[in-house]
Amino acid sequence: MAAPTYDTVHVDDLLPELSLPPVNRTALALFAGASGDHNPAHIDIDVARASGMPDVFAQGMLGMAWLGRLLTNWAPQSQLRKFDVRFAGITHLGNAITCTGRVAEKLDHNGERCVRVEISSANQFGQVKIVGAALIALP
Amino acid sequence: MIDRKWIGHQVGQSTLVIERGRLKFFAKAIGETNPIYLDEGAAEAAGYADLPAPPTFVFAAELDSSTMFALFDQLGVPLGKVLHGEQGFEYFAPVVAGDTVTVTSLVKDIYDKRGGALEFVETESTAINQRGETVATMRGVTVVRN
Repeated sequence: MAAPTYDTVHVDDLLPELSLPPVNRTALALFAGASGDHNPAHIDIDVARASGMPDVFAQGMLGMAWLGRLLTNWAPQSQLRKFDVRFAGITHLGNAITCTGRVAEKLDHNGERCVRVEISSANQFGQVKIVGAALIALP
Repeated sequence: MIDRKWIGHQVGQSTLVIERGRLKFFAKAIGETNPIYLDEGAAEAAGYADLPAPPTFVFAAELDSSTMFALFDQLGVPLGKVLHGEQGFEYFAPVVAGDTVTVTSLVKDIYDKRGGALEFVETESTAINQRGETVATMRGVTVVRN
């Protein structure tokens, strides 16, 4: 797919979706090590249960990293200016996440032509896990 | 309840050397398939000086040095009670393998909702590289379940 340009992109255009395999314990362990998030609630079921959770659950930043992939699959990372999310729900083991994005606005930001993209991720049951927005400069 | 005296508190600095091996490990952990994050040659062909750090990677600096975990310890908040509420990045320059990134953070605000059942700790961070250039700023909100 050709990289998007300001003139060829339109409001309401959808970014190509990114679908992930179901979350398993291995994924959480690898992300703990790679990201530096060693909070045991994500990798040690005993700690998770002691804090009132039924089991370990995904690091929020794993879900945000997947949304980052959605964005950089669409436009080069060097054009990414802002990336903001709100974590709306816990991603549990077995959740298969799909990341989506929609061009919401074309605008000028610090003299650059940009688009604001609304992004979200949800599991296979349609439960929303993350909502947010990104500002991307386009040539 | 968290003592509001911590609003304005400067969290210790964290320095992270951006290593190729760590970036490839991170790329594997997030299922990355785009070759510019996995192969130095592809990264250079795309105009990067070396493998680029993905958009959320710089967040690792504070986690690696444990300054954020130490902060919650100081605040008297057990890690088992925290959830990530919000996270934001603004980008000013690329971060690539070989860079050294230093992150400085402060506690921007602490507030509560539902009569204190939920407390929110908002932090602001600035990441600079070895040339003193600001590469990114970050804003985070951590939710404490009381």
